[in-house]
Amino acid sequence: MDATPSGPADAGVSIAIAGSGGAGVMTAGTLLLAAAAKAGAYGLMVRTSGPQIRGGEAAALVRLSPRPVDSLGDAFDLLLALDWQNVQRFADEIPLAATSLVVGDAAEGDPPQAYLATGARHAPLPLKAIAKGIAKSWTNMVALGVAGACAGVPRDALVAALADTWKRDADALAANTAAIDAGFAAAADLPRIARLPALAPCPGRWLVSGNEAAGLGAIRGGVRFVAAYPITPATELLEWMAPALAKVGGSLLQAEDELASINMIVGASFAGVPSLTATAGPGLALMTEGIGLAVGAEVPIVVVDVMRGGPSTGIPAKSEQSDLSYAVSGLHGDAPRIVVAPTSIIDCLATTQWAVHLAEALQAPAIVLSDQFMGQSRAIVDAPGDAGYRAERAVAPSGTADYKRYRDTPSGVSPMAIPGTPGLAYTADGLEKNEAGTPSSGARDHRAQLDKRARKLTSHDYGDRWADVEGDGPIAVITFGSSTAPAREAIARAKEVGVQARLIALRLLAPILPEAFERALAGVRRVLVVEQNHGAQLYRYLRGHVDMPARPASFHRPGPLPLKPAEVADAIVAAAA
Amino acid sequence: MTETALAPTADAAPRACTPAAFKSAVKPIWCPGCGDYSVLSSIAKAFAQCGLKPEEVVVVSGIGCSSRIPAYTSCYGFHGVHGRALAAATGVKLARPELTVLCAGGDGDGYSIGGNHFLHACRRNVDLTYIVMDNHVYGMTKGQPSPTTEPDWDSKLAPGGTGVRAFHPLVIALASGANFVARAFSGDPNGTAEIIAQAIRHPGFSFVEILSPCVTFRPEQRGWKELVHPAPVAETDDPARAARRVMTDDGFNVGVLYAGRRNPYPLGPRQASTAVADLDAAFLA
Repeated sequence: MDATPSGPADAGVSIAIAGSGGAGVMTAGTLLLAAAAKAGAYGLMVRTSGPQIRGGEAAALVRLSPRPVDSLGDAFDLLLALDWQNVQRFADEIPLAATSLVVGDAAEGDPPQAYLATGARHAPLPLKAIAKGIAKSWTNMVALGVAGACAGVPRDALVAALADTWKRDADALAANTAAIDAGFAAAADLPRIARLPALAPCPGRWLVSGNEAAGLGAIRGGVRFVAAYPITPATELLEWMAPALAKVGGSLLQAEDELASINMIVGASFAGVPSLTATAGPGLALMTEGIGLAVGAEVPIVVVDVMRGGPSTGIPAKSEQSDLSYAVSGLHGDAPRIVVAPTSIIDCLATTQWAVHLAEALQAPAIVLSDQFMGQSRAIVDAPGDAGYRAERAVAPSGTADYKRYRDTPSGVSPMAIPGTPGLAYTADGLEKNEAGTPSSGARDHRAQLDKRARKLTSHDYGDRWADVEGDGPIAVITFGSSTAPAREAIARAKEVGVQARLIALRLLAPILPEAFERALAGVRRVLVVEQNHGAQLYRYLRGHVDMPARPASFHRPGPLPLKPAEVADAIVAAAA
Repeated sequence: MTETALAPTADAAPRACTPAAFKSAVKPIWCPGCGDYSVLSSIAKAFAQCGLKPEEVVVVSGIGCSSRIPAYTSCYGFHGVHGRALAAATGVKLARPELTVLCAGGDGDGYSIGGNHFLHACRRNVDLTYIVMDNHVYGMTKGQPSPTTEPDWDSKLAPGGTGVRAFHPLVIALASGANFVARAFSGDPNGTAEIIAQAIRHPGFSFVEILSPCVTFRPEQRGWKELVHPAPVAETDDPARAARRVMTDDGFNVGVLYAGRRNPYPLGPRQASTAVADLDAAFLA
């Protein structure tokens, strides 16, 4: 099972490195994170950039801590800018407080008013001049030294991280190592910010993004065929899976569109191979009919939706939790399907693996609601064990007498005949059918098959994985996905001011398990539903399905900015009043 | 559900399947006189000629009268959604390259809503056979124009005709890269069976357009038997020659236009070179 939940990452530090395209901002951020991992810290990095296809302004948002982190905090301790070109664009995403420190290069001008107005401290450093003084060195490596020094990442870790990824000549490596040292030294005179304590290195941890983790989870679960169409922010999941699948004897096909993708995986799964696709909101919309076909024909498939700002084309490169309504109810007809949502970057692995198992066991589509924040951010995590879920399809063995593909059973699951098996041939169909699979418009057949398809999902034992229920208290904070981490931090803060709340971080969003909710809500006086969308989608959904105490409350805000622990904490305290 | 003549028996000697072995006991919903009855027989004959067994064949279809065909065979069938049969068929074949995949449907399913998948299936050249039972109409929804309908055909949905030039599937198939392009006529079941068998045997994406009259909504198509004629020249493996020929096609040439030599899409079996657990190493911090 996953790592135990972390407490508040108070001893952490948040650094933003920003600059124009080509300044090497992302490289500096990536190396800072890698160095922190070597030093024994946990952390994560979020990338943000301007709209240009290449070379736009960029910011690397890094949070480091002795304990696992899965979200950004309320504000950044350090904003380090190589230059200020268009960097004011990131002002909302790089919130600063009076205790924050803004470090820029005086030669590049003053920080934009948007940052100074926060009251943050400001100290310039001649980053470019320092780099110029070391032949063959780059300004971003000076910045890396500065950032590391301020944040408490040891110099040796920075240097080792650089050496690990260095692909050019040895002279340039030496020069940039010197640049790191120069930056490190130059930072000594800067005002102090929060920093990491001394830590012991802990080899064996992973650096992984949610998209990569989901891909690995799929393969661990048994997926061996993917058909997909590129779409932001899911593309990296597919690009990771393409060579990985080939290595383990599977394959990935880039289809002509999402309509083809979803139908290809239904066909491949019907033929016997666990199959998956990954997309984002607009692609999920195109796949709807195909997902319904998987429901009607009872074919297992997994669809990963890496949620982004909606509706329609929306905000492709930013995160939001606004596909929930669509995932749980966006099919015509009465069409039960499985919806799960990972609660963190590393949970993308086990939850996608679980989705494969559920889809295969229940012969139904499983939608995995990831999001851009988890999908495209990279975190330092403990090496995950194998959650153990595998594709275990009920297959009709050759020689089965009087085989009926859609025979009603107590569990609702009827064994599938796999093409190639003699004597059991049947036609899978989106049409309603009788037990033999012959199309039927009859009332009894329709009722029986509807009951079967619903019952097979609701009668399954989902175990403890349906939600993480943490802590106790009369307030219950219910959330899902990437809002879990800020909610967890918020609960810790609320506790400090005497408000006790328990966290219910949902993984299973469909079907809803009424008894499980009843147990989780025992003793709860007030529910607060927390989510990152405009329409309070989870709140409305739960109100329709779950008995909750009087006056359930909702804290909801759309993307593109992630929920902050402080604002959720305020909502918890208000709910307690 | 389908009763196959191939119930497991005690005798060990394998026997070739007769055409009857490929038909199920399910009564088709088609109107008496529908061309698709004959196409079903031709398909069964072709399977028998190719020495196939029902359990080794998957018949994939979309939505429409002709798309009901999988359940009328004793093979594995997949009756999917409108226009997406080629996608589903591609998934089946990529997952199980050892199976024979026949994709079937009508002119609306294949050329209208399915047009994009038709184009890319020809391009991709996966080894499967696509049969379109073309009757120049939407029959299941009771009489609307399809992409192959003449521009001046009057209907309720397009009074006076669509005014839009008819789609030419053989041209599109050839231009998009289909490795085998042919036309058949349901009024010649044996000839059609031969063409289908040849299509199945030919590597890569094989496309057979079968003129199959709709006696209910296009009763004038009973006259097709006067209009169809054998193509004046033999098949070619030269795409340029085929292209020149097809540009003067009157829509009633019957025969194999093109049997090409493109390499089919590479299929499995795929060897694993790495254990799943070995994928972890790439993530070490």
